[in-house]
Amino acid sequence: MFPKKGVRFDFWSFVSLLSLVVFGLFLIIPVGQMVVYAFQNADGGFTVENFIKFFSRPYYVRSMTNSIVVVLSATLLVIAIGVPLAYITSTFQIKGRRLMDILIIISMLSPPFLGAYSWILMLGRNGAITTFLRDSMGIRIPSIYGFGGILLVFVLKLYPYIYMYTKGALKKVDASLGEAAESLGYHGIRKVLNVSLPLVMPTILAGATIVFLRAFADYGTPRLIGEGYNTLPVIIYQEWVSETGTNAYFASAVALIMMVIAALVFLAQKWISSRRSTTMSMLNPPKPKQLRGLPNVLAHVYVYLIVLLSTLPQIYIIIISFRNTKGLMWADGYGFGNYVTTFTRSLSSIINTFQYAIIAILIIVVLGTLFAYLTVRKKNLVSRFLDVFIMFPYVIPGTIFGLILLMTFNRPPLILSGTAAIIIVSYVIRRMPYTVRSSAAILRQISPSIDEASASLGYGAMSTFFNVTMPVMAAGILSGAILSWITIINELSSTLMLYTGKTQTMTVTIFQEISRGGYGTAAALSTILTVTMIVSLLLFFKLTNSEDIDL
Amino acid sequence: MAVSINIQNVKKQYDDNVVIRDLSAHIQSGELFTLLGPSGCGKTTLLRMIAGFNSIEAGTISFDDRVINNIPVYQRNFGMVFQNYAIFPNMTVYRNIEYGLKNKKLSKQEIAQRVEAIMETVQIAPYKDRYPEKLSGGQQQRVALARAIVVQPQVLLMDEPLSNLDAKLRLEMREAIRQIQKDVGITTVYVTHDQEEALAISDRIAVMNRGDIQQIDEPEHIYQRPYNTFVADFIGHSNHFAGEVRGVEGSLTHIVLENGHPIAMPGLMPLKQGDRVQVFVRPEEFTFASKEQGMEGKVLVKLFLGRYINYRIDFGGPQAAEVTVDATTVDRIHDAGDSVYLTVNTRRANVFHPDTGVTLVEGVVSNVP
Ligand SMILES: Nc1ncnc2c1ncn2[C@@H]1O[C@H](COP(=O)(O)OP(=O)(O)OP(=O)(O)O)[C@@H](O)[C@H]1O
Ligand SMILES: [Mg+2]
Repeated sequence: MFPKKGVRFDFWSFVSLLSLVVFGLFLIIPVGQMVVYAFQNADGGFTVENFIKFFSRPYYVRSMTNSIVVVLSATLLVIAIGVPLAYITSTFQIKGRRLMDILIIISMLSPPFLGAYSWILMLGRNGAITTFLRDSMGIRIPSIYGFGGILLVFVLKLYPYIYMYTKGALKKVDASLGEAAESLGYHGIRKVLNVSLPLVMPTILAGATIVFLRAFADYGTPRLIGEGYNTLPVIIYQEWVSETGTNAYFASAVALIMMVIAALVFLAQKWISSRRSTTMSMLNPPKPKQLRGLPNVLAHVYVYLIVLLSTLPQIYIIIISFRNTKGLMWADGYGFGNYVTTFTRSLSSIINTFQYAIIAILIIVVLGTLFAYLTVRKKNLVSRFLDVFIMFPYVIPGTIFGLILLMTFNRPPLILSGTAAIIIVSYVIRRMPYTVRSSAAILRQISPSIDEASASLGYGAMSTFFNVTMPVMAAGILSGAILSWITIINELSSTLMLYTGKTQTMTVTIFQEISRGGYGTAAALSTILTVTMIVSLLLFFKLTNSEDIDL
Repeated sequence: MAVSINIQNVKKQYDDNVVIRDLSAHIQSGELFTLLGPSGCGKTTLLRMIAGFNSIEAGTISFDDRVINNIPVYQRNFGMVFQNYAIFPNMTVYRNIEYGLKNKKLSKQEIAQRVEAIMETVQIAPYKDRYPEKLSGGQQQRVALARAIVVQPQVLLMDEPLSNLDAKLRLEMREAIRQIQKDVGITTVYVTHDQEEALAISDRIAVMNRGDIQQIDEPEHIYQRPYNTFVADFIGHSNHFAGEVRGVEGSLTHIVLENGHPIAMPGLMPLKQGDRVQVFVRPEEFTFASKEQGMEGKVLVKLFLGRYINYRIDFGGPQAAEVTVDATTVDRIHDAGDSVYLTVNTRRANVFHPDTGVTLVEGVVSNVP
């Protein structure tokens, strides 16, 4: 990009510069700040004390092993559930498959802590099912709190990733391959293990990495349902807001440890899949077969059961949002009381959520498509950096990202802490990757001569981009933007670090209400969130004429 | 309106790979100038240098007297028709054509007039409200052409505009392009690797090989009087005979071919007895003759094509020769195995230097500046 002889400073040089400023200011500097802090003591001197403290106290070390154990277990379980599910729905005809897919997408996109909250309402100490079983049948079910509860929530929340990834890959396995395998004497399960599975393995691995990173980063679930089963994000949050005063240095060290683990997992997956990438030519796409008899019943039961279990929390929250409450207690009967309370007391958090989300998504769409264009069409030093930066947020847990933004921008020269801007910045940086990825993907399918044609007709780089390139990319932009949008309105972990009374969002309010026992308002707000999400999704399906979302 | 294009000593390299070393050409105002050459010879590269999509490492390109090296693409005032048409998929036919005009300071009325007029010219008016995905290849081609010329550019650039069409449409569009280009009178640079297309459409052709122009000339000269063996082989088919000069007699040079057959070539450059030459004879430059006059050959294959008959004939040289005769003018059709006698049309055949490959025919020049 740096001007060679005869190259002007044009629109794309400006965009390159802009990308450097955006990522430099809001990603590189904060991360750098964190790394510096991790090796500092309160007096500003260099030290490794923070790390010694972490690794020498069982309390902290246990949070790390807890994190790794529960996240690994969840990842393995998710594969065990999600891969067969994907195989069944893409090989056999399942009645209501379309609806199942939508339900799976919805449960995937809703924030995990809502799942935790709902399971507590059902199976917790005073949960509906717990009390029902105890009072009417005298059955005592094991506690939902701790490792088991976290695992339950993670698995039911995250299997859709593996499901979607694997399903996508299976769709691309040429049916002739299966037929060829059968002709060679591979039947049934042997065929699956020997032919299909190896082909979709890299995809499963990619999905598993996403699952690992998501679970690893999640703060809300272990916080709500963990009850003492502390994980790293919980520790970081506690250290930051501890009563003995904030300890930015130690929190930074823990955050650094966490990011290193996440980055290692991410890189390991990249490395493995780069060594065994297979490209498939799809001439003969597979068609789902009709099963008969018992296998047919079993296949249906399996699919329905999983989908039911994963949508149950959502449904339960919607139901109880209409249940009457009195103070913090449930009361008899149903009505709109919770919604009335919510709209009178928490209207500002609803407005905040939509305000921030709309601003953030607009910025994301514009910057995301511009940056996607840079990475695909302008091969230069900046675009190569950009390629990396854009994916960076995948490995930075929200809690950490909130933390480092706060540490960087709570003092001059740029004070943003406490403003709406800092929350929007966090949304933009964290949720842009979806939009950039899908925009880049569609751009690779669009011939560059479209842009050249526009240039030849007298349009400069910028007007070409907005008149031609961006409209042509629309479908691809939209398919990423929908993910960005939904994950923005559901964002909790970084907002929790960044909000103040005035900038509180819906997820934060829900979280606070749950923490103080205000289950009615929490349920009503959660329902509003869920409905927004469903409406957005349906609108997206209608607009793009698609039936699926691309992860 | 139309301009001439002056290309002077331009150089193009991608990283370390020099694609065009030192190329010059002068394209006259209003002519249809074709860049013809094998795949990878640098035609597209040169065209994109004129357009401004490629940087120019050395030398200059000017429209008339105006050097355009550093003028950005969008200010160069040219129209371009792309191999894949590059129609904007988000706009209707009408909007596509209108797009370039909207950028100019024209009244709405004038824009509408010009769009309607050009749509008539390229015969696309009935489809004006369709989106490109609902157009056939030929229709898209017409839209691309209309969009490029409606802005009345100084120069029209086309990169293999017909290569995505089927054979019949190709012929049709070829004539349409030629017609419109003449009507509008716009200087056009046309890239193709299809020699027949080049011969049919061009005012002048530049034959390129490995980043160099081999010859620039009108189609019939390029075909009949190729400057070197590359051009002779690339355009049409030539049968090769090694030969040796036996003597010169007035304007006739006596050459004995490798199979012992003597020919007397008119109009060659001065040669001495014993000079070795390459004689190139096109399939249609043979005539059946009597035993006394002709050189003997044996028919290997006969292909009857209706108007023409193609023979493969073994003259005893290293390669069998291709011979084409007009079916309407022959008395007799020969079959495989027949012995035949043919003479070479010496007014048409070409003679080249065996080492340099350059023509030995008097007055034939490459026209490369
Ligand atoms: N962007 C590029 N980067 C590097 N090398 C290139 C690039 N574009 C073209 N080349 C090389 O330059 C040479 C000329 O390519 P060019 O596209 O001009 O050929 P062409 O004559 O148009 O061929 P064709 O008839 O196949 O279109 C080729 O060897 C090609 O590999
Ligand atoms: Mg080309």
